[in-house]
Amino acid sequence: MTSPLWEVFVRSRRGLSHTHVGSLRAPDAHMALRNARDVYTRRQEGTSIWVVPSSQIVASSPQEKDSFFDPAGDKPYRHPTFYDVPEGLTHL
Amino acid sequence: MTVSPLPEVDAPADLDVSAYALRLGDDALVLAQQLCTWAARAPELEQDVALLNLALDLLGQARSLLSYAGSREGRDRSEDDLAFLRDEPGFVNALLMEVDGGDFARTMARQLYASAHAVLLWSSLHESADEQLAGIAGKAVKEAAYHLDHARSWVVRLGDGTAESARRMQVGLDELWPYTFELFEIDPLISRLTARGVVADPALLEPRWRSIVSDVVGEATLRLPESTWRPTGGRSGRHTEGFGYLLAEMQHLHRSHPGASW
Amino acid sequence: MDRPAPPAQPELEREFSERIAADERIEPRDWMPDGYRATLVRQIAQHAHSEIVGMQPEGNWITRAPSLRRKAILVAKVQDEAGHGLYLYSAAETLGADRSRLLDLLHEGRQKYSTIFNYPATSWADVAAIGWLVDGAAIMNQVPLTRCSYGPYARAMTRVCKEESFHQRQGFEAMSVLAKGTSAQRRMAQDALDRWWWPALMMFGPPDGQSPNSAQSMAWGIKRFSNDELRQRFVDATVPQAEHLGLQIPDPQLHRDGEHYRTGEIDWTEFQEVMRGNGPCNRQRLAARVRAHEDGAWVREAAAAYAEKHPAAA
Ligand SMILES: [Fe+2]
Ligand SMILES: [Fe+2]
Repeated sequence: MTSPLWEVFVRSRRGLSHTHVGSLRAPDAHMALRNARDVYTRRQEGTSIWVVPSSQIVASSPQEKDSFFDPAGDKPYRHPTFYDVPEGLTHL
Repeated sequence: MTVSPLPEVDAPADLDVSAYALRLGDDALVLAQQLCTWAARAPELEQDVALLNLALDLLGQARSLLSYAGSREGRDRSEDDLAFLRDEPGFVNALLMEVDGGDFARTMARQLYASAHAVLLWSSLHESADEQLAGIAGKAVKEAAYHLDHARSWVVRLGDGTAESARRMQVGLDELWPYTFELFEIDPLISRLTARGVVADPALLEPRWRSIVSDVVGEATLRLPESTWRPTGGRSGRHTEGFGYLLAEMQHLHRSHPGASW
Repeated sequence: MDRPAPPAQPELEREFSERIAADERIEPRDWMPDGYRATLVRQIAQHAHSEIVGMQPEGNWITRAPSLRRKAILVAKVQDEAGHGLYLYSAAETLGADRSRLLDLLHEGRQKYSTIFNYPATSWADVAAIGWLVDGAAIMNQVPLTRCSYGPYARAMTRVCKEESFHQRQGFEAMSVLAKGTSAQRRMAQDALDRWWWPALMMFGPPDGQSPNSAQSMAWGIKRFSNDELRQRFVDATVPQAEHLGLQIPDPQLHRDGEHYRTGEIDWTEFQEVMRGNGPCNRQRLAARVRAHEDGAWVREAAAAYAEKHPAAA
């Protein structure tokens, strides 16, 4: 008898996004949230928790990494450092 | 680890307030001690963590309350003097806290009864005329709310789970039910403190407690127990047979080394 | 859209090796050699088992702790160990293992846990000694694992190490109170050190010459330092601490050698015996684990049944 696996995301403080901290097992969403509180925020690590069934995570495949991520590599004009700024000027 | 702030008071001795703080401190200490017996044997790892969280909250409350009881007693007794050097008749916890925890269902039944009471008690004490008690209550009420949520979650899951779990959960609720009446008893100490605005009238808490518990029991698809037997005595130091063993285990090391520091 | 055909095996192996060589992390969905996966699952599972079996010797003392402060500290510590077990089972699950299956392997005696937890904690000073020496040794072992090549294991270890540092400190603090205490307390402290010192040294595993899997684990970036290196570090760190406490390390051959301390010979037959199941508490620890698991079965079944009846429970 194994409970489903849940991924746990914790917002460590206001102003930050939720970050993946690990996983746990729980029979349902209600218990998953409570278990996450007990397991992952015992030292005031969190102000908000998300739990997601691990089976619901859709992940990109490492095999697709070339088609997913390489095309972004040749577009340096997306970054501010691509542009020359005349010396002495500010607020640019 | 976080240690709950221990009250530092210079207030004059007040034997009634001290005696009352001792009752609440003993409730918390004895219940914490019971939950500690689950260490390394919970039904699943997540519950090992959860049950010990409950125990830690209660232990923190016990330390604040016993220190406060000691400080208002005027005899200079510390939290450890009170926890480790009193014999059974000196303990004034409710019997509900000391009776055997049994299986996980019975443990959850006790958690339900005790935490539903704690939520109501602490929220009323938050308004207490005694500032220190009100302060302790402010923190404890949040902890109790989580304990109640935890107990409710499990009572409902066990009650509405399998036939076996429903049977066990009903037995747990039934067996501990008689011990709940003592929580609402009024004795001369309570009357005096109610008159001073230190303590809310327990008679006001009982119907609200009953409604919380019966909602949970209903959601768990179980029966609210009934009992004409209403054991009592804990508040005046008359305990069950098993309590001596609990104290013997808790106190023997401390007592074996009189005056030692740890 | 067509998926690109999976790259051929040699290509994948090359990528994996390059990653390891560049000290990059391997993540769950990356291709990895079967041996790498199997080694990690075994190591992480045994590590997780050690955390949860390790709750027992100290857990025994929670109800008897000699002050409320010590009781609270011990509860928090034992609770952390349950958390560590949980983080580690989760890390193992990212490799396709299943927690309940791993627990079965533990309960059937087919996967091991650290030999140290097969020694009894018979006095309060043992609780102090466990925190100081056992958690101390564990930290020595675990800090390098925060840089382990497998990402989820490394991240779990980062979390564990952060929590672990209080464990060793509270143990050392408890030990120093005893060492400065009454003569009975000092005797208790020395007796605990006498019993835990050698088993703590064995926690780093067999000597390098007899540790068959070490070389491959080093090459894979799972292990960063050899058993003997870590053991030496532990000895060098701990001997001055014992001196500070005024306690005697139970090793007449212990001596200083430049900036190191050299110990006498470790009794590896004792280690082998404990590994084989013949330590003082092997049977008791395993039986307690199995009992907890079996006693909890009806609770887990109930929770699953409830979840099935109330799919939207939240
Ligand atoms: Fe640990
Ligand atoms: Fe630890």
